[in-house]
Amino acid sequence: MCRSQMTTITPLISPATGSLEADKSAALAALESMLTIRSFEEAVDGLFARGLMHGTMHLSIGQEASATGICAALKPTDYITSTHRGHGHCIAKGADLTRMMAELLAKQTGYCRGRGGSMHIADTKTRNLGANGIVAGGIPIAAGAALAQKMRGESNVVVSFFGDGATNEGAFHEALNLAAIWDLPVIFVCENNKYGMSNSTELSMRVEKISDRALAYGMVGVTVDGNDVNEVYQAAVAAVERARSGHGPTLIECETYRWKGHSKSDKNLYRTKEEIDEWKAKDPIVRFQETILSSGLVTQAEIDELTAKVREATRDAIKDASAAPDSNPAELLTSVFREVK
Amino acid sequence: MTDRIITYSEAVREAIGQAMDADPNVFMLGEDIGIYGGAFGVSGDLYHRFGAERIRDTPISELGIVGAAVGAALVGMRPIVEIQFSDFTAQAMDQIVNQAAKIHFMLGGELSVPMVLRAPSGSGTGAAAQHSQSLETWFAHIPGLKVVLPSNARDAKGLLLAAIDDPNPVIVLEHKLLYKTSGPVPAEPFRTPIGVADLVREGKDLVIVATGVMVSRSVSAAEQLAAQGIEATVIDPRTLSPLDMTLINDAIAATGRVMLVQEAPKHVGFMAEIAARIAEGPALYSLLAPVKRLCGMDIPIPYAPQLEKAAVPQLEDIVTGAVQLMREP
Repeated sequence: MCRSQMTTITPLISPATGSLEADKSAALAALESMLTIRSFEEAVDGLFARGLMHGTMHLSIGQEASATGICAALKPTDYITSTHRGHGHCIAKGADLTRMMAELLAKQTGYCRGRGGSMHIADTKTRNLGANGIVAGGIPIAAGAALAQKMRGESNVVVSFFGDGATNEGAFHEALNLAAIWDLPVIFVCENNKYGMSNSTELSMRVEKISDRALAYGMVGVTVDGNDVNEVYQAAVAAVERARSGHGPTLIECETYRWKGHSKSDKNLYRTKEEIDEWKAKDPIVRFQETILSSGLVTQAEIDELTAKVREATRDAIKDASAAPDSNPAELLTSVFREVK
Repeated sequence: MTDRIITYSEAVREAIGQAMDADPNVFMLGEDIGIYGGAFGVSGDLYHRFGAERIRDTPISELGIVGAAVGAALVGMRPIVEIQFSDFTAQAMDQIVNQAAKIHFMLGGELSVPMVLRAPSGSGTGAAAQHSQSLETWFAHIPGLKVVLPSNARDAKGLLLAAIDDPNPVIVLEHKLLYKTSGPVPAEPFRTPIGVADLVREGKDLVIVATGVMVSRSVSAAEQLAAQGIEATVIDPRTLSPLDMTLINDAIAATGRVMLVQEAPKHVGFMAEIAARIAEGPALYSLLAPVKRLCGMDIPIPYAPQLEKAAVPQLEDIVTGAVQLMREP
């Protein structure tokens, strides 16, 4: 059942050179992660369009570099919290594609036994504390998980992913303040894709950079090109080092863009085709491939091989997940509460 | 077990201290619980015994505090959150309702949130509408939350220790008028099981089901009623979720009359649930008179002492209500 499990992403990528662009195995691992996210989400989009998938979903196509660059800097024992647009975070942290696909296909073998769907995938094995259907819901949770690491003297860090819209929620501000005053080992990663559903950052905030908001909490804030996987990675390495060495949290803003609509109801009335095309030209996957090809680090044949492997993994995930039993109404009353021992 | 007479707030503090002695994962977080000792003095000297790491003072950030407790609980800690007044849980509802309550079920059953949230509840202190509510029904309506209302010092300790052991989120609503009341409490750690009602007093004529501060008020009323020749059974459900109806149904079968007493407003209050369960079950056929509810008025709690008293059932209201119920039909 695990043919679709990726081979190289976990333990996550640690190039000896400190750059994803100068170490061949690291570059291929980062590329595999981004290609896998793209391939998985394109497949999901297709299944939905063909009426084979239920509910709604939020795709991160175009944003693969932020999930990949951040998770590449993490140890397998580090934690993440994710968002409604969380497939990329899940995959970059090493989740099993078949179990993810099974969840989206409402199967018993899915990560949540069909109870959560796209917006609620968690994976204890890869220490993903869960996607979250509530904007900013995971941010205080990440601070709390980081508090636990600190209180227990563990060296793990926690990454909280969220979007630009989440930074206007009280939960964001309360969590950043708590993390700052307690020097918690947490990295707040804002994937600024310019829109909270239809509401642009220009309309929703007066600050130039979301990372400026870190200043209000006495925290380091940086803005990076979120479509440059190596730049994201290097910011993550610095933030992880700061967190692990007891110097507290960091806010990293990754400037990026979602190619697809907010969710399945989106008619793209709030943005132009030109704007979307402009960002498609900054495709993080194409850019990274061009960089590592032109430097001679990898060959086109190696990229083609990886692309084929990733597509096959997605196909296998769909095939295996489709064959699994449907989620079971007879056990709905289980796991409302965990049994008291 | 050695019983001593201690106050309700001492019982809560003793439970927390014993749980923290027994398990390094247990810690407390909340506003002014450190050197101040808690707004109602409940944490008291715990800060001096356990230090600032484990008796963790927080900024005024209820949403952040509860969220941090959820996160810590998810990775194996046993946080006890104190929300200074239960009214302020409104600030933290997303983390309580959308996160803590749902994570175990929604994420497939692998993760759980062993968090305790304690908060002082109820009126009677002249603190007016935003510091005096009885919000238990909010929480009891959400699948995935356990809700307990200890009505005496012994249960305050036993239910809290059970709540700390519980692998699920438990909301403990402590009535602020009870903090200074005293009763016999075992010195050793002990657990009062969550989901088991308590038969507080036995009588053959009617059943009074009461929660929170209304339990002791109903017992006092029962004593006055006994002087008039009316013998009342008093049952304290203690836990609203999960709810134990066995004692209540059995007592109705034995007496045929039931009065449901709560401080919270009547409309869609928890006693409406108990009334519905009575109506759905065999107890209905034992009733000699309609179910009677005695509840708070459907108004915000007012400030002036005479207004505040008039807003929720008092001892004399319970006595009068019981006498009326005995006259029906």
